[in-house]
Amino acid sequence: MPDFDVLVLGGGPAGVNAALAASAAGLKVALFDENTAAGGQVYRAPVGAVAPLTAHQQAEQPGDTLRRELAQSAVITYFNHVVWAVTAEYRVDAAGPAGPMHCNGRALIVATGTTERIVPFDGWTTPGVIGLAAATILLKSQGILPGRSTLVAGCGPLLAAVAAKTIEGGGKVEAIADMAGLGDWGRTLPAMVSRPDLMREGFHWWHEISRAGAPILSRHTIVKVEQAHDGLRATLAPCDAAGRPVSGKRRSVVADCIAVGHGLTPSTEITRLLRAEHRYSRQAGGWIAAADQDGRTSRPRLYVAGDGAGIAGAAAASHHGTLAGLACAIDLGATDVDQLRSHVPAARQAHAKAARFGRSMAQLMALRPGHIDSIGPQTIVCRCEDVTRAEIDAACDAGARDVNQLKAWTRCGMGPCQGRTCGDVAAELLAARAHGGSRERTGCFSARTPLRPMAVEALTGDFSYDDIPILKAAPL
Amino acid sequence: MNRATPTAFDVAVLGGGVMGCTTALFLARAGMRVAVIERDALCRGASGVNAGTLTLHMTRAALVPYAIRAWDMWMNTDAWLGHGVLATAAPGLSLAFTEHEKTLLKQRAAARCKYGARIDLLDRDAALAVEPGLNPVVLQAAYCATDGFASAYLTGRAYHAALRDAGVHVFEQTPATRIDRVAGMYRVSGPDDAIRIDATRLVMAGGVWLEPLLAMLDINIPVKTLVNQLIVTERMPPVMRSVLSIANGLLSMKQFANGSVLIGGGWQGIGDRVRGGVETVPDNLIGNLRLAQHVIPALAKARVARIWLGLESETADAMPMIGALPGLPDAWVIGCVHSGYTSGPYMGKLLAQAMLGEEPELPLFDPARLVVPVEALAQPHREKTE
Repeated sequence: MPDFDVLVLGGGPAGVNAALAASAAGLKVALFDENTAAGGQVYRAPVGAVAPLTAHQQAEQPGDTLRRELAQSAVITYFNHVVWAVTAEYRVDAAGPAGPMHCNGRALIVATGTTERIVPFDGWTTPGVIGLAAATILLKSQGILPGRSTLVAGCGPLLAAVAAKTIEGGGKVEAIADMAGLGDWGRTLPAMVSRPDLMREGFHWWHEISRAGAPILSRHTIVKVEQAHDGLRATLAPCDAAGRPVSGKRRSVVADCIAVGHGLTPSTEITRLLRAEHRYSRQAGGWIAAADQDGRTSRPRLYVAGDGAGIAGAAAASHHGTLAGLACAIDLGATDVDQLRSHVPAARQAHAKAARFGRSMAQLMALRPGHIDSIGPQTIVCRCEDVTRAEIDAACDAGARDVNQLKAWTRCGMGPCQGRTCGDVAAELLAARAHGGSRERTGCFSARTPLRPMAVEALTGDFSYDDIPILKAAPL
Repeated sequence: MNRATPTAFDVAVLGGGVMGCTTALFLARAGMRVAVIERDALCRGASGVNAGTLTLHMTRAALVPYAIRAWDMWMNTDAWLGHGVLATAAPGLSLAFTEHEKTLLKQRAAARCKYGARIDLLDRDAALAVEPGLNPVVLQAAYCATDGFASAYLTGRAYHAALRDAGVHVFEQTPATRIDRVAGMYRVSGPDDAIRIDATRLVMAGGVWLEPLLAMLDINIPVKTLVNQLIVTERMPPVMRSVLSIANGLLSMKQFANGSVLIGGGWQGIGDRVRGGVETVPDNLIGNLRLAQHVIPALAKARVARIWLGLESETADAMPMIGALPGLPDAWVIGCVHSGYTSGPYMGKLLAQAMLGEEPELPLFDPARLVVPVEALAQPHREKTE
């Protein structure tokens, strides 16, 4: 007898809305998230009594609405729970504050968001170099500036968000190095005008940035970071549309934090673990589960929602979550299926509209082939295991063809990040060298349990030797 | 190479694990033109994902003489393979925590000693002197100096280079789907004629896939698939310096030079040879980890980085099949060796000796004893995991 009708993994806008929709349809729903509160990365709640860095947040923010609606619903929540295993029968194992636990669901909705991509450059592992998403955690959740002075570099809308929030919080932004050109941003305009609210937010950010006088370097990429006596010295170079540094004036910027990000990749560990069908989509951020527009995957009663199903932004994620929750309720045969079906068209329409904007932003963050090509031979690609690009190229030249073979030959992806940091870049390097760029033929790191590194004692709990089920002895 | 062109080899080896690759290597060095045909990549099955234990404590007693010689080969890869797998000698301790396990330990050590292993029984204090990190509630340990470990994931890289140096033609990502007799040769074909390879001799070395491979030759030998779970931790400060197991064989554990600890012991996951390793079983993982933490309490603070599954093959009598296939000229089989990674390279060397017309240093394991009528193979329960 399953404990729940639906288990929702991930408490961002997609997961919460999926849980709310399924719960409103009368299903018994549990929601898991490793964070202390709902909101996900985008609507991260301040931790404890942290005062917000910026004062203008008087009105209720989208994250507050999300958390309030969830609190008022019948959804059972498991925050502070790290899910480490999911089985084919939809048993979810998690480690929480009270120790190891598990429960079963009839269906599973995966709304696990994304992982930030950083394309390596010389010195990217130097302390003080952090991801743009990491910077937003400090700013939103901890109320901490990433540095007294910060260089913001990379691509996508997070550049503006991090720079503006840093300035609002009283920090100094030394420069913004954006790989996109003005033309790239111009191409997003038609999608932007469909979302005047988000466009206003964007303009507010840029206004803050220009008022603070932070120089914006369009079509520039970071090529090197070194320790200097007065902070970190970054070298910026002009780049082409493919992200490749080109000749032209190098600029040197000194800051005590360098926040850099090159887009987002969908987090698909769980759907890959469950062997749902996946496909590669550069526009969507990488490998994604094959799914219909409501999030039904190739596997019965397994749904995906939000950016983890393909990058389309927070607003789209909310509607996508609703769609997945409705789809799940319809498929499980909730009490009033006809009424649920009647909600679907409007939700699909809202999703399509929001996704149009989100996908135009995602385009700015897609992996650029020339950028990967610019990684130097001695630059570390796998920072957990110190595997350089030269070692990856050498393994490829020695005959490694699949990214898992590359992993075995070099230890690339075997460290504590479980390949989340290097996987996309390592596969892209191998694809370019061995398969004419085909990511399909290069494959994807196999998904493994535990889904996050887990302390042994968090899994073993209290036990005595007599409790261990010892099977019959191996043959002698 | 033109994929559709038939190519003649002296030997076609089906299956690129340690046993197939070693056989191929020694045959190529003896002057034969050799093709290795592998459905995945070299040593990406059991040969590349096993625990890397090079031990006599887990080896079936009758295989101890083979394992001792194979252990020497692993420790001296420079002499014959040319590329290392970080093989490291370390003392091996098999432990007893109960009176029953003490009895088991004594029995098992005695059986293995009969076949030439040097295993001594140590009391608690002597065991703690060898391995200070042990749980002091240990009662007794069986000690063997012929023990150690390799990093199995490096096996594919090592054999890739060795086979290339020896001039072996390696066909990876190439499943064999059909074998015909054509003009006195074996013709191996892949799906859609992706490959067609003619060879005078055939070596079947497909691990858990031996059953369907042999069926292509109308030889019916059931092969059971074990789905072993393996657990590796993040790097951590030294917590052990020996290879640890328990009396009944359900734990194997060692710490590599890089600080990561590998925990195995044959706890079962879910899978089969058609789907591969499908999923880990949380209760079995927890059981395996509890056993590990009971043996080395400091492991409580270790962090598990990765868990995976490896498929191990086993015959009806849990003894290997290595030798000439009955009723067919120049067709051979090698596989289903218990603790096969430990003994693998020596088994390959023995088969190569036999195929070259030499007297093998130690006896082979006649596959004829395992052949069953077709009907017996059709039983659906044959591949169930425990």
